[in-house]
Amino acid sequence: MSELNIERDHASLAEDFNKDEKRVNWHDKTLWFIREKRDKAAWQIPEWEQLREHASHIKNHVLANLYDYLLEFERKAKENGVIIHWAETPEEHNAIVQSILKKYHVNKIVKSKSMLTEECHLNKFLEQHGIEVVDTDLGERIVQLANEPPSHIVLPCIHWKKEEIGVLFHKHLRTPEGNADPQFLTHAARVHLREHFLTSKVAITGVNFAVAETGEFVVCTNEGNADLGAHLADVHIACMGIEKIIPKRKDLAVFLRLLARSATGQPITTYSSHFRKPRVGQEMHIVLLDNGRSKRLASDDFRNALKCIRCGACFNTCPVYRRSGGHSYHTAIAGPIGSILAPAWDIKKNSDLPFASTLCGSCSNVCPVKIDIHNQLYKWRQEIVRNGYVSTKKKVSMNFMELILSNPLLFTLSGWIGRKILTYLPFIVNNNFNPWYKQREMPIPPKESFRSWYQKNKQH
Amino acid sequence: MKIGLFIPCYVDQFYPQVAIATLQLLEKLRLNVHFPLAQTCCGQPMANSGFESLTSGCNLNFINSFEEYDYVVSPSGSCVLHIKDHLHFKGREQESENIKNKIFELTEFLTDVLKIENLSASFPYRVGLHQSCHGQRGLHLSQMSELVAPSFSKTEHLLKKVKGLELVALDRKDECCGFGGTFCVAEEAVSVKMGKDRVADHLIHNAEYITGNDMSCLMHLEGILKRQKSNVQVIHIAEILIAG
Ligand code: SF4
Repeated sequence: MSELNIERDHASLAEDFNKDEKRVNWHDKTLWFIREKRDKAAWQIPEWEQLREHASHIKNHVLANLYDYLLEFERKAKENGVIIHWAETPEEHNAIVQSILKKYHVNKIVKSKSMLTEECHLNKFLEQHGIEVVDTDLGERIVQLANEPPSHIVLPCIHWKKEEIGVLFHKHLRTPEGNADPQFLTHAARVHLREHFLTSKVAITGVNFAVAETGEFVVCTNEGNADLGAHLADVHIACMGIEKIIPKRKDLAVFLRLLARSATGQPITTYSSHFRKPRVGQEMHIVLLDNGRSKRLASDDFRNALKCIRCGACFNTCPVYRRSGGHSYHTAIAGPIGSILAPAWDIKKNSDLPFASTLCGSCSNVCPVKIDIHNQLYKWRQEIVRNGYVSTKKKVSMNFMELILSNPLLFTLSGWIGRKILTYLPFIVNNNFNPWYKQREMPIPPKESFRSWYQKNKQH
Repeated sequence: MKIGLFIPCYVDQFYPQVAIATLQLLEKLRLNVHFPLAQTCCGQPMANSGFESLTSGCNLNFINSFEEYDYVVSPSGSCVLHIKDHLHFKGREQESENIKNKIFELTEFLTDVLKIENLSASFPYRVGLHQSCHGQRGLHLSQMSELVAPSFSKTEHLLKKVKGLELVALDRKDECCGFGGTFCVAEEAVSVKMGKDRVADHLIHNAEYITGNDMSCLMHLEGILKRQKSNVQVIHIAEILIAG
């Protein structure tokens, strides 16, 4: 898998994405279509807003009692014969997975979709250790063949057109040149993946929900690839973040209703597979990862980002994401939720992401667990500035601005100067170094400000 | 009833006609309106850039300028939202709270406080409404398309009272225009693309004017319209409500 681009910031990567305007239009429309499907599905449920509220409550309750629920889950899972591992960091997580694979002397595994393994860069790690990873989710397989990270947490290859997938499959799966029929390509992928399913001793899956009450976990897919992988393999490794816990099985009645509707507008995913105990002769492992989650749990401002159920609705609605593409976020989880998760992992590398938003607030409104995403974006901005991850140029201009804006006399004068400059020296401002002017005209400065009009006409 | 008129800094400097329209509209309704001259800015440009720590001077100045009024009214959803969400000053907590409770965006003041039923305005044009995000999702000036909830729009309610005005339906009712404060220059490419798409939605529905509650969004859309040499104009809602 190629390295994520961490050298360039969101603005400049998004600028590249915008060089092909037609493609941006297509990307925007594709995702907006999914947002509209989500709206239709939500409107089918008159109590939709209560359902969101309820889900949010359950998640808040879990976060407030996470320690106890995790222990309960571990106890139940162990009783079911599952082997539990705890990992504090992605490195530990990857090492645990590797040690299991070593025991079985495998050099290939199948993996269904798991954003957590993306977070840990597990594929790259295993490949460096001589183990081939075959992603079995169709979208994931496509980006994997293209040597790219996913651009969306639910729709990993949403930035690929079907014709391009045809070319990619022609190269890797030897499908006939020029065939871009989705049904045909899906069938080809199925044949190709079946081969891997049948020959893989170990399957890795993600976890959507882990039920403390029973020790079982639920994996939601549309392709059934998690089931096929796990049922055919001798060893099933499930990787999850510690926040995936829900208290009781009945809580699934809330979350399963919300998840697929929010994600794609489907009433439910085709498969909601429950895994509780290994079948006879099989080994089942669960790796629970912290990676900064317990630290975030202590933060009043940022805790509730842990409620996320990774539905991707905030991506589809985000007007910035739709027009900048997932890769411009240079992090495993893109979009609005990625922009509030990533700074906690590495504030320096990701200090641009909370600024990749207009704070329009649409994300918070679609979020099925009511995370106040746009408020957290605002708070991360303050955090980033407080920690000094901001350019000196910006700092100087902000100090200058505060000096003027907190001082009525200076404000009056500087406004006057600003308008004079615009009137008399348009070439200073109206050039391509001014990002406003590049594609927009400047406002025409009026003869006088309101303030001075008011003083002349209204003040008695 | 004494009303303090709060005019956002960029409106004061670049769009005085919007401030004048707001003042005249309120005066036409026989209200006692003052523009406190010491006011500058709500501090939003700094706060949204991560420099909320630098806004205490603005906050104090805001409190001093407006504490004496019964209501504070402003033709900007965005600035009003900022004050409601973030106004504070150590030692002046009570005054801050008071202001947060008595500050209103213009259309919200007209519908919720004054409960205006009749407007003698006329504006015989096809008008598209760009409902700014802060006014809508922040101040709830209209229902948000994301929610499964009954629809309403305070802004449309007023526009429908204007004689001759034909409100055009948009494909995306409440899509953000991409202005976003410093976002408009820091993320120039995406900001402009969002603006172009917002403009296009109005153009395909043959709008002659684009109106809204926030001049900042309209300034951005105007910049794009003018670059495209379009005849479509932007106009603040205050200017429509006083027209005719
Ligand atoms: S933040 Fe909310 S909307 Fe976004 S992926 Fe997570 S659950 Fe879905």
